[in-house]
Amino acid sequence: MTLGLKAIRKHLSKYKDKLPKNVLDELEEKLSKLDISEKECKRIIEEIHRAYSRALVEPGEAVGTVAAQSIGEPGTQMTLRTFHYAGVRELNVTLGLPRLIEIVDARRSPSTPMMTIYLDEDHRYDKEKAREVAKKIETITVENVSRSVEVDFLTSSIVVVLDEKVLRDKDISPENVAKALEKQKFGDVQLEGDMVIRITAQTSDVNALQKLREKVMSLKLRGIKGINRVVIQRERDEYVLYTDGSNLKGVFDAVERGELKGVDVSRVMSNNIHEIAEVLGIEAARAAIIQEAMKVLEEQGLDVDTRHVMLVADLMTCTGRVRQIGRHGVSGEKESVLARAAFEVTVKHLLEASARGEEDPLQGVTENVIVGQPIPLGTGLVELFVTAAPGGKRK
Amino acid sequence: MSFAELAKTIKSIKFGVLSPDEIRKMSVAVITTADTYDEDGMPIPSGLMDPRLGTIEPGQRCKTCGNRVGQCPGHFGHIELARPVIHVGFAKLIYTLLRATCWNCGRLLLTDQEFERYKRLLKVYAERWPHLIRKLNEDVLKKAMKVAECPRCGQPQYKIRFEKPTSYYEEREEGDYRLSPIEVRARLERIPDDDLRLIGINPEAARPEWMVLTVLPVPPISVRPSITLESGVRSEDDLTHKLVDIIRINERLRENIEAGAPQLIIEDLWELLQYHVTTYFDNETSGIPPARHRSGRPLRTLAQRLKGKEGRFRSNLSGKRVDFSARTVISPDPNISMNEVGVPIEVAKILTVPERVNKFNIQELRELVIRGPFEHPGANYVIRPDGRRIDLRFPKDRTAIAESLDVGYIVERHIRDGDVVLFNRQPSLHRMSIMAHRVKVLPYKTFRLNLCVCPPYNADFDGDEMNLHVPQSEEARAEAQVLMLVQEQILSPRYGGPIMGAIQDYISGAFMLTYKSTLLTREEVAHLLAAANYKGEIPKPAIVKPMELWTGKQIVSLFFPRGLNYSLKASFCLKCSECMKEDCPHDSYVVIRQGKLLAGVLDKKSIGAGQPESVLHRIIKDHGTDAGRYFIDYAFKLFLTHIDGRGFTIGLDELEIPEEAKVRIKEILKEAERKVRELIESYHRGELEALPGRTLEETLEMQIMQVLAEARDRAGDVATQYLGIKNSALIMARTGARGNVLNLAQMMACVGQQSIRGERIVRGYINRTLPHFKPGDLGAGARGFVYSCYRDGLSPIEFFFHAMGGREGLVDTAVRTSQSGYMQRRLINALLDVRVEYDGTVRTAGGFIIQFKYGEDGVDPAKSDHGKAVNVDKIIEKVLGEVIEK
Repeated sequence: MTLGLKAIRKHLSKYKDKLPKNVLDELEEKLSKLDISEKECKRIIEEIHRAYSRALVEPGEAVGTVAAQSIGEPGTQMTLRTFHYAGVRELNVTLGLPRLIEIVDARRSPSTPMMTIYLDEDHRYDKEKAREVAKKIETITVENVSRSVEVDFLTSSIVVVLDEKVLRDKDISPENVAKALEKQKFGDVQLEGDMVIRITAQTSDVNALQKLREKVMSLKLRGIKGINRVVIQRERDEYVLYTDGSNLKGVFDAVERGELKGVDVSRVMSNNIHEIAEVLGIEAARAAIIQEAMKVLEEQGLDVDTRHVMLVADLMTCTGRVRQIGRHGVSGEKESVLARAAFEVTVKHLLEASARGEEDPLQGVTENVIVGQPIPLGTGLVELFVTAAPGGKRK
Repeated sequence: MSFAELAKTIKSIKFGVLSPDEIRKMSVAVITTADTYDEDGMPIPSGLMDPRLGTIEPGQRCKTCGNRVGQCPGHFGHIELARPVIHVGFAKLIYTLLRATCWNCGRLLLTDQEFERYKRLLKVYAERWPHLIRKLNEDVLKKAMKVAECPRCGQPQYKIRFEKPTSYYEEREEGDYRLSPIEVRARLERIPDDDLRLIGINPEAARPEWMVLTVLPVPPISVRPSITLESGVRSEDDLTHKLVDIIRINERLRENIEAGAPQLIIEDLWELLQYHVTTYFDNETSGIPPARHRSGRPLRTLAQRLKGKEGRFRSNLSGKRVDFSARTVISPDPNISMNEVGVPIEVAKILTVPERVNKFNIQELRELVIRGPFEHPGANYVIRPDGRRIDLRFPKDRTAIAESLDVGYIVERHIRDGDVVLFNRQPSLHRMSIMAHRVKVLPYKTFRLNLCVCPPYNADFDGDEMNLHVPQSEEARAEAQVLMLVQEQILSPRYGGPIMGAIQDYISGAFMLTYKSTLLTREEVAHLLAAANYKGEIPKPAIVKPMELWTGKQIVSLFFPRGLNYSLKASFCLKCSECMKEDCPHDSYVVIRQGKLLAGVLDKKSIGAGQPESVLHRIIKDHGTDAGRYFIDYAFKLFLTHIDGRGFTIGLDELEIPEEAKVRIKEILKEAERKVRELIESYHRGELEALPGRTLEETLEMQIMQVLAEARDRAGDVATQYLGIKNSALIMARTGARGNVLNLAQMMACVGQQSIRGERIVRGYINRTLPHFKPGDLGAGARGFVYSCYRDGLSPIEFFFHAMGGREGLVDTAVRTSQSGYMQRRLINALLDVRVEYDGTVRTAGGFIIQFKYGEDGVDPAKSDHGKAVNVDKIIEKVLGEVIEK
């Protein structure tokens, strides 16, 4: 007798609240392929539930310490160097221990900010179309398209000699450049010949001219601020853009304004966790921490359970802001004075606590170690005793 | 210590600032004399060593409490300061207080409305969002500090300047006016309690004027013990030195004031007193030179005692020294169980376990007492019910003591076989760094451990030392045995797989025993099974004629749990494009059915340490830790016995390859060299195409590296082709016992590119690495490519490059350990309070919820199946299998 999907679903529905979803899904898939009786189906689900209950964490388990150890211990086995990103030879991405420290530190910006931009259905299978999108994202400055930018002190002007080849490659005309320069009101902009632009400044001050030259050079002609380079990479059946530099908001805004087309907004990813927290919210930041940390660990061939990384990410983000693991974040915001003092900047914490008249309720581990009491974890958590009278009778 | 004794618990600790009254009240003596001892070596009364402050000499009774050294806690004295001084630690707080309050009326510089509003807010916050109070306090301060005229009394406020470490100036029109500590104190006194609460100062615990010291507590002698050197010279503690300075200047200041000395002199002395008190609290205050010892060493005063890694907090409070511990070198012993630890007799005679005498063990304990402390299973102390300890080292007649033993006595007996102890190797990076073992008392002087516990401890035997601790209470022993015993820790919580298992020769041995060509005679089988302590019947031989022969697989199968079903690809697998599974010609597909190894070899993938989803993992997961321990203890014995009998070595001739191979390798390398030259030429000609986003030079480097790496790999492939399956080096590499194919290639074919920071070697001279090359030479040899192999030896230049690459590796490791160590410390510190509560939520010590359900499914990774909550396939198989059997 073969059981239909319906019958299996019926049996499974009884366990809807008792088993996690991924187990239920797996069961449904696997049971439907099997030729089993109703009784067997029931038995299997029961057994699964029993196995699941056995695998649950016990109350009092020091999951924090275990998580910290599970992430910290493999740190000793990691490499220190920056590696090429798997697949993208053109971009250097910080990986290994430095990157892991960066994540845990919740640095304002990563040492190698990067975005992964996926494209929508129309653009993702065609390299040419992908390149079109890439062109719009990559920042191009005057410096990028010019052969030289010099100050002419005689006429107090700045002479920009454009590079024809690059211009053609980037699909920008000299007029475009001139127009962009004019908008900035640096001075009188003139196109001399095909490839030379002269900007006559109002001032003749040498320093001011030098400064102006810098400004001209760094003038953005096109693209999204902060994104220095875009690399197109084939990933399975689609083309993906990897960027050097990250600006989530810039990309989203450009898409919203209709300037940028072809980007699958729901799959744009950055490795800057603070940026994600600001643009997409704290839940996204949590997911990003998990994803980034797991990526580093996996890339190094280290097997670490996601639950540990999840716990760290949750602790970092549970207040609604991204907090650092360390004295300026999680550790520094602990309730206990003694725990804070025992970590770093001892004296400051003690003095502050005395001025505020703080009271340490000795709820944590460090505090109880300090005063010499059992710690409130695992077997030390149990506070209720049953005293057995002689003869085995309970009092 | 039992739980009853622990009933004395500290509920909480309050912090606050001592008021002058409190200081005087708790003081037992006013200290007025700067000297410590008189000529006879007697402490001077009302000097710093006043006997009323407590005693440090044994035998002496304390003048205040009458206790002896151990019991007397020490008592505070005090110094009446002639003029008040600022407490450095609070200097900054005082500064903000001076700026935020009115100098005239003492109120916060807020209007009535603002004041009331903040007061209301504070009340609401205190009830609802206590963690926001700090922010509110800061806001109040920020607001008050901006006001230029007191909204209460209308007085204009001067701007106040703070000069580190302890001076305050008012910037008046007529010039800067220095506020003396007396004036500061007066101003702080005027601030009402209500105003203080708004800025986060608890007036009951810390009135701000107490932060300007008028009385200085003198800590008891036990806090600053003097040490007597062998020459009989007394050497005082740094704190005592500092206190001497303070008293001396204080007395001089007092005399000068009383004598009506000129203001200038008084101010100078006052300033000096301030300096001494400041350095007494913190000798690393910025802005002033640290007080020094006569030898020029800076004094270690109060703040220094608390601070840092060697400070009180981290080295004495968070970590404590213990008794009942031992440390010595470790060495391997494959003959003891993984649950055991070999303890030298000498250690066993010192470490003891208290055992309470009862009617069942009295006879045995008497014997132990008679044997005494110098013979192994003996005892060191007897504790009578009245608490008296009898040291068994001294009495001549121990029989009498043994006779006097009675129920209720406690005997501290030597540890012996079967006792539970904790074993630890630093660095203790994870919980498997401390595990419980059973004692096995052995001769010689090292701790012995089973090789399978090397991976969790990360131990080897090149001189490693380990620590051993003996739990003293029944509770501790029970916990150690149930939770920490080695076999309970085989599955790592990091990834839910076994962290212990076969390593090195175990794997080679397993491979050779289970390889299909291994056939064993009856004698050999008996030898193997005897070594593994097998007590059953010998299975039927696989080959009967011409002689009875057994396969290794048959023998190993005897040790699998009966119902074991499993299949996986071995590490030995060549990763053929199409896997033939059970029919693998290389015997690399492991099949176990009903506890019988039908096909495949056992190697790293199936029994190795740190291999999730291996045979070993399945045994432990499905048949329990006892089965796992049994397998590791006994089946692994087979592998060792087999490799022992067969012999396994590696030598130079193992790496010998025929002339033909050498020629081929040479050709490959030549070819690579040619390609590199072409690349360089095309680069010089400007024909090289740059990769997008890379400079020409980078592109060239990348391509050269690629060509060379390819050449090395190909050369290695050629070399390994010539190695037979019987080659020890190859066996080790392919089974995962030790080394990898790359190592073989380096030994036999070509060492390959040496690199620094992932690039070819470029440093050294200008445009060249060594003077042997022309400047600008970009060729392989000039940039650290080693053509030779280890067997043939490296040329001097190659050797030098190789050393450069090797050095980088060493530096890397050194830097990494410190970095990852600090990261781990921070992680642990941030997470150590996080635990699962009874309601299934994950919370911090204060009860903040971090997760509603641990890991989103509530599953403990240590109990999971390589991260998965349940192994659905396994259970389906189990249920259906049962039905079939029925």
